Amino acid sequence: MKVRASVFASFILIFEGIGIALFLRGFFPVPLKSSFSSKNKLSDLPAEPLTGSSPNSSRLPQPLFKRVVIMLVDALREDFVFGANGRVYMPYTRHQVERGSSHSFVAKARPPTVTMPRIKALTTGSIPGFIDVVMNLNSPALLEDNLVWQAKTAGKRMIFYGDDTWVRLFPKHFMEYDGTTSFFVSDYTEVDNNVTRHLDSTLKRDDWDILILHYLGLDHIGHISGPHSSLIQPKLLEMDDILKKIHSALISKEAEGSLPYLLVLCGDHGMSETGSHGGSSEPEVNTPLVLISPAFKRKVGMERPAAVEQVDLTPTLALGLGLPISQNSVGRVIPGVLEETSLRDQLRFLHLNGHQLSCLLKDSMPDYEKEAGFEQFRVAEKAHGSWMKLFLEGNTSEVLNNMGKKVLKQYLEALAAMSSALSKQLGKYDMYSMIAGMVFVFQLLLVLLLAMPEALSGAAAVDLPVLPALLSLPFYLLCLLLASVHVLVCTSTESSCYFCSLSWGLVFAAVAFSSAMFCILVSMATRRLPLGPKIHGKSPLGSSGSEWSLSELDVLLLAGTVGQTLSLAASSFVEEEHQIWYFLLNTLCLAVFQDVCRKYFREQSGSGDEEEPILPSKDCHPPAHPKAEICSEKWLALATPPFTLVCCRLLRSLNQTGVQWAHLPDVGHWLNSSEHRTVLSLLAAFCLVLIYLLVQRRCSWVSKVALALGLLGVYSYRAAVGNVLFPWQHSGRTTSKGTVEARFVYVFILGILFTGTKDLLRSQIITADAKLKSRGLWEIYSGLVLLVSLLFRAHNLPVLCCCLLVQTLMAQFIWKKLHYDAAQTTIMHYWFGQAFFYFQGNSNNIATVDISVGFVGLESYVEAPAIFLTALSTYAGPLLWACHLVCFLSSQRDRSPVALGHGCYCLALLRSVPAAAYIVLVTALRYHLFIWSVFSPKLLYESMHLLLTAGVCLFFNTMEQSHSSSKS
Amino acid sequence: MWDHEIRAMASTHAIIAASVFMATVIPAALVPGFSVYGTHLLWLYSVSGAVTAVSLAVFWLLGITPPTKKHTVGFKLSRLFRSCLYFFLSCLFFHTVVVLYGAPLIESALETFSLAVLLTSLTTLRCLCVLGPNVQAWIRVFSRHGAMSVWDTCLQITVACTVVGAWVGAFPIPLDWDRPWQVWPVSCSLGAMIGFLTGLVAAPAWIHYHRKHLTYKCK
Ligand SMILES: [Zn+2]
Ligand SMILES: [Zn+2]
Repeated sequence: MKVRASVFASFILIFEGIGIALFLRGFFPVPLKSSFSSKNKLSDLPAEPLTGSSPNSSRLPQPLFKRVVIMLVDALREDFVFGANGRVYMPYTRHQVERGSSHSFVAKARPPTVTMPRIKALTTGSIPGFIDVVMNLNSPALLEDNLVWQAKTAGKRMIFYGDDTWVRLFPKHFMEYDGTTSFFVSDYTEVDNNVTRHLDSTLKRDDWDILILHYLGLDHIGHISGPHSSLIQPKLLEMDDILKKIHSALISKEAEGSLPYLLVLCGDHGMSETGSHGGSSEPEVNTPLVLISPAFKRKVGMERPAAVEQVDLTPTLALGLGLPISQNSVGRVIPGVLEETSLRDQLRFLHLNGHQLSCLLKDSMPDYEKEAGFEQFRVAEKAHGSWMKLFLEGNTSEVLNNMGKKVLKQYLEALAAMSSALSKQLGKYDMYSMIAGMVFVFQLLLVLLLAMPEALSGAAAVDLPVLPALLSLPFYLLCLLLASVHVLVCTSTESSCYFCSLSWGLVFAAVAFSSAMFCILVSMATRRLPLGPKIHGKSPLGSSGSEWSLSELDVLLLAGTVGQTLSLAASSFVEEEHQIWYFLLNTLCLAVFQDVCRKYFREQSGSGDEEEPILPSKDCHPPAHPKAEICSEKWLALATPPFTLVCCRLLRSLNQTGVQWAHLPDVGHWLNSSEHRTVLSLLAAFCLVLIYLLVQRRCSWVSKVALALGLLGVYSYRAAVGNVLFPWQHSGRTTSKGTVEARFVYVFILGILFTGTKDLLRSQIITADAKLKSRGLWEIYSGLVLLVSLLFRAHNLPVLCCCLLVQTLMAQFIWKKLHYDAAQTTIMHYWFGQAFFYFQGNSNNIATVDISVGFVGLESYVEAPAIFLTALSTYAGPLLWACHLVCFLSSQRDRSPVALGHGCYCLALLRSVPAAAYIVLVTALRYHLFIWSVFSPKLLYESMHLLLTAGVCLFFNTMEQSHSSSKS
Repeated sequence: MWDHEIRAMASTHAIIAASVFMATVIPAALVPGFSVYGTHLLWLYSVSGAVTAVSLAVFWLLGITPPTKKHTVGFKLSRLFRSCLYFFLSCLFFHTVVVLYGAPLIESALETFSLAVLLTSLTTLRCLCVLGPNVQAWIRVFSRHGAMSVWDTCLQITVACTVVGAWVGAFPIPLDWDRPWQVWPVSCSLGAMIGFLTGLVAAPAWIHYHRKHLTYKCK
């Protein structure tokens, strides 16, 4: 079966996508869950251990607190309270920490340090899997056993004000609530006023038991201007005042004889030096936890707060309120909180916590009895029993006290051991699904590689021996073999496995597909091997029979691609991947510069006697060409690579990304600060004009008008949102969401895309007009440019501008004039695309994804467009370059009719090699320290990019199809 | 005749390599607290100075520099002046390229410039010695099939090795190992140095093994 190279490449990419999806499903473990779907109940609690007599009382100690106020300040960093600036930032809180009756800790949040997983962790006590980040945007109700549910069941009355994630996670749990949405990141006053406005009336009332406040303003300030901005201090002072207000209200309500209150100040995660969060750096992970209650001892001075896990708060609160600890909690109670209760109660609390942990351990581990913690807990429970016996007998000696202390210590050790064993359990992988996914991906990659000589030949068609493979005996044998392996694996493993849980039809399809691929692979390899040496001498990869001589540029392109793939193995190189791309791009520009110099200077110096002119460019130009034009063209061509280099250097300092140097000041921050708004406005206006000039030249007049109006709309949208200034506007304007302006731009984008599609269809169906077709293609491209300019932040417009400028210059003076072939051009486009991905401020960290893009022109969160827009703006760089590649190659059609096919094939190869290598690397490094914080986000980025490339290849496909149809 | 030239080349290279070695060892003995990492710039200048001086002396003694027709003092002076100018321009060129590669523009300008000086004294200086201040000849040598003598080939190999060495030397910088040699510009200058020394060894060896295939057109 003969298929065209582009069809073949898209087919391979799509199936690789499926393979990687299977791999991802196996790689991201489902969060630890108890096998009982029910929730812990008060009546299920274990009896108090007592040796000798039958277990008598299931007595619970009295709750420690009557009322609890939880004040959660989003992105509150540990050093905002405990650091050197803490006294200035939060004076009252700091006084309470140093002199008041309080306990303070540094609570370590687990990565991903994103709000929703953190809220889940705080309420369920479990550590949510990484996959929760992906689900962050649509948070359905939390069905797991959690503290809020337990409190509601116990009849506690709860009030909530703050981030509406809580309202969505816990619908109908709160007696009273007011959720504020956190999506308009530029707003940092209104979100907090919405929370505080209810506070006075609520604090006066007596009809609630738990009050939860979630303040978002600090997080938004962090996202806008980082942790050292001037906005931080007023915001923290505001938070401090609120804490003071709550505290004094609680003190005044405090009645003699009743249980005391508890005031909790905590953060869900910290804030990195750039103000974002999501990763696992120290400032993102460390959050303060301050517990204030008259039940605690008064402090005498500042001591370094001890470190606890964030999930430890859950059992502590549960026990403090007299609630059962939620089933999946892996936290352990903070012993300091219990220190003022009687020894009996302390032991009982620890026993309850230990019992819950041991139950979870039993459920989640087949060989739980071998765990050290489990054994320690059994021993401690026995000792507790005998201590209780002595205690009930009325023994009150010092010996008993010491013995109790010893039991306490045993309990604490057991809790620590069990908790850490459970946390480790979270890193379990579904190896079978992962291996199955990997096998798919590698079979496809090998087929892709083996097809290289055919795909890059003049015909650009691949001969796939599908039918012979399907009819051969080995295919059926392989099917049987793989099916039996599948049955064997699935019946023998105890742990759950996604691939095994698939339906039989799907599994059989997968098995048949895999065996067919294997047969195709073998027959292609045998076809290649004996023939190869005969025709091409030593190199089996030699294309079209001619000898392969690699130029310096080819060596660089190959070495760069391979080197970049290999560099993914080091976590620092994954974090700093942008450096690699910038480095390679620079070298590429220098190599191109050398080529240009060689072309023009060699020609000049040795036009007569050279035995082999490097480029027959004299033949291309008619001799009538004026000499001056050739000369100016020469200098423009010579200036293009240095100009590109300068552009890249400037863009590089626009957005600092990565980890090690992310904190360095960059131009983007400078532009975004309020005093430089005029500069930003001028820059944005200049960029928009330049974008118009660069894009319009190949559009029809309708699109030109639409483009101009659209770009005007982009500017007014940015002005409405408050990023840039209108010249006639003064500072006293109100910022709106800019919905009208953004929708205005959307109309023009759709219009341009429509004209483009219409032109394409007309050129395809009615007239076989190549000019009309390239215009249509360019119009689609310009629609994309307009959309991207709407989505990009104002300070990122230079990135788009430089992208267009470099594309225009390179296409005009380098790629056309130097006669690079389709493969070389594709690789260069791909490198540029990758570099621009990082130029726009992206990194391999989830935190740099700008989700606020998903709300451009929308009143509220709508899932599908939000995800689409976010993905589009994140991958704008690679996408624009890939689209430009389509435009460029199809305009080169008269020179090489199969350029599109070659380009598509190369793109597929360039994407699948790193993706396939990366999944192997990730599998090998799955117990690496940074697997969750560094390698997994990169895995998500890689798979997303693969998906995107598959889409681009399909587009290529339609383009090529119409070419061949218009030819015939 | 070939063997003679190769032998001359090998001994020249041995002398230059020895000078690099001495420039590292002698200050270490004389200056207290001298080390390659710790006082990197000092090492860098001492090495580039030594290489400059020794190459100038050796190539002048060997008389490889193309003979000039005129022997007037004024011509010699202008030649000297042009060589100095090219040397300085080449420093600026390397500095610019390194900044384009991402070195900070203002912050560590001295370090960057020192690296540029080292690279110049390892590459451009040799060109000046072998080809003289003649840009046309440089372009000829560094384009494909442009070598016209054994020394041209040797120049190509050493320059390529040095530049590639400096290029490869930049790779360890982003790694988070916190080693003293990851500090800017230590790894790059070490890489350039190692590349240069490799080039010194590789050039005569490569020419020796390929002497059967090497053909040079006469001018
Ligand atoms: Zn948050
Ligand atoms: Zn945030």
